[in-house]
Amino acid sequence: MKIHEYQAKKIFKKYNVNIPTSFPAFSVEEAINAYDKLDSKTVVIKAQIHAGGRGKGGGVKLAHSRDDVKTISNSILGMNLVTHQTGPEGKKVQRLLIESGVNIASELYAGIVLDRVQRQFVFMVSTEGGVEIEKVAAETPEKIIKEWIDPDTGLTLEQAISLGKSLGLTDEQIHFSTEIFIALWNVFYEMDCSLLEINPLVVTRENEVMALDAKMNFDSNALFCHPELENMRDESEEHPAELEASKYNLNYIKLDGNVGCMVNGAGLAMATMDIIKLHGGEPANFLDVGGVANPETVSNGFKITLSDKNVRSILINIFGGIVRCDRVAQGVIEAMKTVKVDLPVIVRLEGTNAKKARELLYNSPLDFIVATSLSDAAEKAVSAAKGGSA
Amino acid sequence: MSVLVGDNTRLIIQGITGKEGSFHGKQIKDYGTNLVGGVTPGKGGQTALGVPVFNSVEDARSQTGANTSVIFVPPRFAGKAIIESAESGIELIICITEGLPTMDMVKVNHILKDLPTRLIGPNCPGIISPGKAKIGIMPGFIHKQGEIGVISRSGTLTYEAVHQLVAVGLGQSTSVGIGGDPIIGTTFIDMLELFAEDGETSGVVLIGEIGGSAEEEAAQWVIDNNFTKPIAAFIAGQTAPPGRRMGHAGAIISGGQGTADDKIKALKSAGIYVADSPAEIGIIMQIALQS
Repeated sequence: MKIHEYQAKKIFKKYNVNIPTSFPAFSVEEAINAYDKLDSKTVVIKAQIHAGGRGKGGGVKLAHSRDDVKTISNSILGMNLVTHQTGPEGKKVQRLLIESGVNIASELYAGIVLDRVQRQFVFMVSTEGGVEIEKVAAETPEKIIKEWIDPDTGLTLEQAISLGKSLGLTDEQIHFSTEIFIALWNVFYEMDCSLLEINPLVVTRENEVMALDAKMNFDSNALFCHPELENMRDESEEHPAELEASKYNLNYIKLDGNVGCMVNGAGLAMATMDIIKLHGGEPANFLDVGGVANPETVSNGFKITLSDKNVRSILINIFGGIVRCDRVAQGVIEAMKTVKVDLPVIVRLEGTNAKKARELLYNSPLDFIVATSLSDAAEKAVSAAKGGSA
Repeated sequence: MSVLVGDNTRLIIQGITGKEGSFHGKQIKDYGTNLVGGVTPGKGGQTALGVPVFNSVEDARSQTGANTSVIFVPPRFAGKAIIESAESGIELIICITEGLPTMDMVKVNHILKDLPTRLIGPNCPGIISPGKAKIGIMPGFIHKQGEIGVISRSGTLTYEAVHQLVAVGLGQSTSVGIGGDPIIGTTFIDMLELFAEDGETSGVVLIGEIGGSAEEEAAQWVIDNNFTKPIAAFIAGQTAPPGRRMGHAGAIISGGQGTADDKIKALKSAGIYVADSPAEIGIIMQIALQS
């Protein structure tokens, strides 16, 4: 789960992570009020969207007066912000953060992520702040300094100091950086983050170290420990169909193709997308209906898959294990009675009670195309999507 | 022969009285697996699935001689269940539970690395040695005893692969789902080491997916250790968009890392046969065995 910068900074404040004073604004009026409250002639107006690269896309601007704030807020609010992380369609800006200006002496990077190979969390810093860190990692990996964190001790004082030294900071600056690094680890650990990134982390001309930005993602598996985060979810940042699917515990991801698919199991769902592509088609979505594919989940999955207007055919691929295929078949038949489907539906059922399931489908008055194998199913679904007879 | 599970298995179920534990436990027992007990705190002294229930793994192990445990407890408690089991001296733990917080798995890994216990999973279908023992949620009847070792990060896609193997006349020595999470116990490499030494495994099917670098590490291991048994592989997620978690917590391309293309390239450079299509896993294994 992702949250906005202004929400992350609210959490930072609780953990005493040094940040400039700022206020969120949902309208131009609120932006002006925020400016009046800030004791700073120069402020930064920052678009709040769930994507990085906002500055380059024109979503972060300096304002030097009340009038500036009005003009700039007006132009950023409602704009369609396109960055390297939003994709070409961009994201509509609906929230702003108005922040006190800071005298920046240098820009650094700090981040905490999971190192899957070492099976530990790793604290990373770099002198190359303010640029895409992926680029630094690819081109000059030696400029990223890492400390792996022992889960028993957390980030130690020694490690935090060592990170500051590796950044070439002065003793006075290291005092601040150590404080901020340990506070960042505490946020990460206590909030069950999956990613925490400060880019840039800045050294000010007054020798303070401050988090100018905040990117915070949470481990979806640990959200049950943090019910308070539910209020921070910005549903407008999520695709409507994906949001709808999540309400039914279905795993749906919208893609650009026209062959809809509904599969049990994430691996098989990915493989189904792959085989659609191999047969010359494009998958419209990823949809894992999970281990309990009952009539209700099948019906909800159907509705969500159909809500994508690009879909021209639907491929249902179920490998029955614990899930009995005949139950799934009944679910599909029930769902097609209640959901109006005027697209070709290709069904491939294998595993537990597959034969019984195929008989149910053949004997149903509804118009299914029954496939006998995975490749047969893909071929028929792609051909149907292209308007051919399946 | 089979690896990890078989005639010597003495199994307990952690969470035996729960909905999942009792449902799958019955199928595990019906398959012929040697189930000797179960654990549910507070329900010690009761009987479930015809075996005694204990309050702790320690009690279960000392009174039944259990050496293997399968975990069906909810994600909130699963990390603690793994640690309890490992610290009680259980040799092999299979954690089926999906949805463990990553922080819990970091802690589990930190404790397990100093213990002799092997963990499979979490978020996995389990392990089966056809005809001998099934410890997990996979449908037993689709399998056939034979000479192929199967290692997979997936669940239903593993069943698909097994189905295809049987269709071309190939049985399995042992099939194991190692799990779809970013941190798992047993890895591809761990299983390849076991299959390398198993006299009755003559070929291996390896099913990977996007995210992480476990497949690349396995490919390098195959090169470094001169693993000579033929391997057929498939990588799921060739069409997956970057930055999105594809169902499994571990299946995500982040910062350009963990793409299917990189994995396929690494596997091929190790001489591994990679199926382009998920419908050709069985046939590719057959071809790999003949060459």
